[in-house]
Amino acid sequence: MSMPLMMFLLFIAVTLAITYWASKRSAGGSAYFAASRRITGWQNGIAVAGDYMSAASFLGIAGIIAFQGYDGFMYSVGWLVAYLTVLLVVAEPLRNAGRYTMADVLAYRLRPRPVRAMASMSTLTVSTFYMIAQMVGAGALVALLLKDSGISYHAAVVGVGVLMIVYVVFGGMLATTWVQIIKAILLIAGTILLSFLVLAHFHFSLGEFFYAISHVTYHDKGKEVVQNFLQPGLRFKPPYGALDLISLGLALIFGTAGLPHILVRFYTVPDAKTARTSVVWAMALIGSFYIMTTFLGFGAATIVGRDFIATHGGTNMSAPLLAQSLAGNVFFAFICAIAFATILAVVAGLTISASTSFAHDFWAGVIRRDKGCKPGEEVLIARISAFVVGAVAIVIAILLGPTANVAFLVALAFAVAASANLPAIVLSLFWKRFNTAGAVTGLATGLIASIGLILVSPSIMAVDPPTVTGTARHLIQSKAWFPLENPGILSIPLGFMGAFLGTILSHEPSSEHRFNELLVRSNTGLGAEKVEAR
Amino acid sequence: MQLNNPDVVDRTDWDKMAAAPKFKDLMSAKKLFIIPAFIFFVVYYFLLPILVGYAPKFMATQVFGVVNIAYLFALSQFLMAWGIAALYVRAANTFDKLAKEIIETSEDRASGAVEGR
Repeated sequence: MSMPLMMFLLFIAVTLAITYWASKRSAGGSAYFAASRRITGWQNGIAVAGDYMSAASFLGIAGIIAFQGYDGFMYSVGWLVAYLTVLLVVAEPLRNAGRYTMADVLAYRLRPRPVRAMASMSTLTVSTFYMIAQMVGAGALVALLLKDSGISYHAAVVGVGVLMIVYVVFGGMLATTWVQIIKAILLIAGTILLSFLVLAHFHFSLGEFFYAISHVTYHDKGKEVVQNFLQPGLRFKPPYGALDLISLGLALIFGTAGLPHILVRFYTVPDAKTARTSVVWAMALIGSFYIMTTFLGFGAATIVGRDFIATHGGTNMSAPLLAQSLAGNVFFAFICAIAFATILAVVAGLTISASTSFAHDFWAGVIRRDKGCKPGEEVLIARISAFVVGAVAIVIAILLGPTANVAFLVALAFAVAASANLPAIVLSLFWKRFNTAGAVTGLATGLIASIGLILVSPSIMAVDPPTVTGTARHLIQSKAWFPLENPGILSIPLGFMGAFLGTILSHEPSSEHRFNELLVRSNTGLGAEKVEAR
Repeated sequence: MQLNNPDVVDRTDWDKMAAAPKFKDLMSAKKLFIIPAFIFFVVYYFLLPILVGYAPKFMATQVFGVVNIAYLFALSQFLMAWGIAALYVRAANTFDKLAKEIIETSEDRASGAVEGR
């Protein structure tokens, strides 16, 4: 049995044991959806970090920096700074005024049925798209990491999918939380080790390291190139590179605070103060990790080299290959296991937020609003929908195949979160005049604008050379109508505009009357959901 | 489960609470910190992609050996984010105190009218 496979199995055994332990503590809504609100500040902070740092950050960023240098580091910066929006604007009011989902805050003073239906649709869109991107990546990666064990892409996708379904269906939020905590600790530990080894390789001289970064050598079309990788502009090129970079920044800074799987984490702690503490913990971990992407990415560029990575699995293998070249096969296996843990923790977080939103917002809040739910019905529906969401993600990932071009789905998730979810949350908390029509049109405009602009962007519309085949080809073979890969710069203003116009063109006195209640509750924590008694 | 059924409490109670001087103090203390902090970090952050996008030559200026302005400015973003978070945590201790006083007075006054679950 190969070393990576053994480490994978060890991780699976530990997380399944946790799921078994958590399953006995997950009866009832607050226990299943919010881990009884007993997660402490530091635990939730680590879990937020584990929920957030996806394979795209670990493997993807290391790869982008290894191939395109400084421009890749721009993602690292945005992914941390975005947490200031979470900290200053949404985390505490959300914890004070909601129960399980972001729609709780919207439904507070707006008409619950239409608002919950729309918010649930937006949540499901963000979560499923993000999940499909992770699953396709996971399948390709696991198959690559375990290629000596004879595990195919299909087997890997099914394996990852089944595990995430088991965690969420049986262990609920409690198991998901601990899977995320273990993953985050592993990820940080692995990254510190890798960074240390990179520095050791350069004799602990930052000067030597940075000198190497400024003279990265590789071959392009048969010619040897020496490139300064600290220089901006290797990825974001004229004429639209600058705008795309700003648009990406907007989606990150305003989208993170609208990502449903991050927002649900703040319901797992006892109160708003703990929610704040957990954001600070998350920022410490996330920031440290992204600073260290300097060593991961530039280390791979200088020590392993583009030429070698390109012929040994491609950009996503940069970090594992770096580990292999620095410390051999055991460390390679360890880094592969971390990548695997990373993917599982993120897809589990996405599954639980999608199923919570379906059960709590759509089933209990829309379909059964008049009749009311039987005891345990909401949790049962959540378990069923976690199973369905997982199964659908498996099927779609298999249909798309390992070469599918899915990176844009992550950009799409952030764009929808920033353009649809964030305007609705912020305006309902801070604008007295805001009403149901505004929330529904804002959510719809943000959602449609993000999807529409991505559909006509270079991610979907481009002319491929005939050598590119199958699902790796762009869906529409023609020149893109919208030149940017990130729609945020247009879709976020459109989302706010939709919310604004919908509001001023309609009249809903009840929403204004109840503004003071939401204001007092979200700012003081009066009447906020309490910790569940044992 | 009265969270979404606020009719339990008299509407005017919430209006009174929102108009109370203590609550207004809390809101202005929060605004005094959060609005400038938010504007500062958004401006500081977007300077990075704007300069990288539109002034790449300037950003490539080397400061320490080969280390350029672009990299140093990006690093400073991490310190900026952590710094604002630390300042916010300090400021928020004051908010917590004010909020606690507001909750206590409201519970004394209404004793039971506001659902204290």
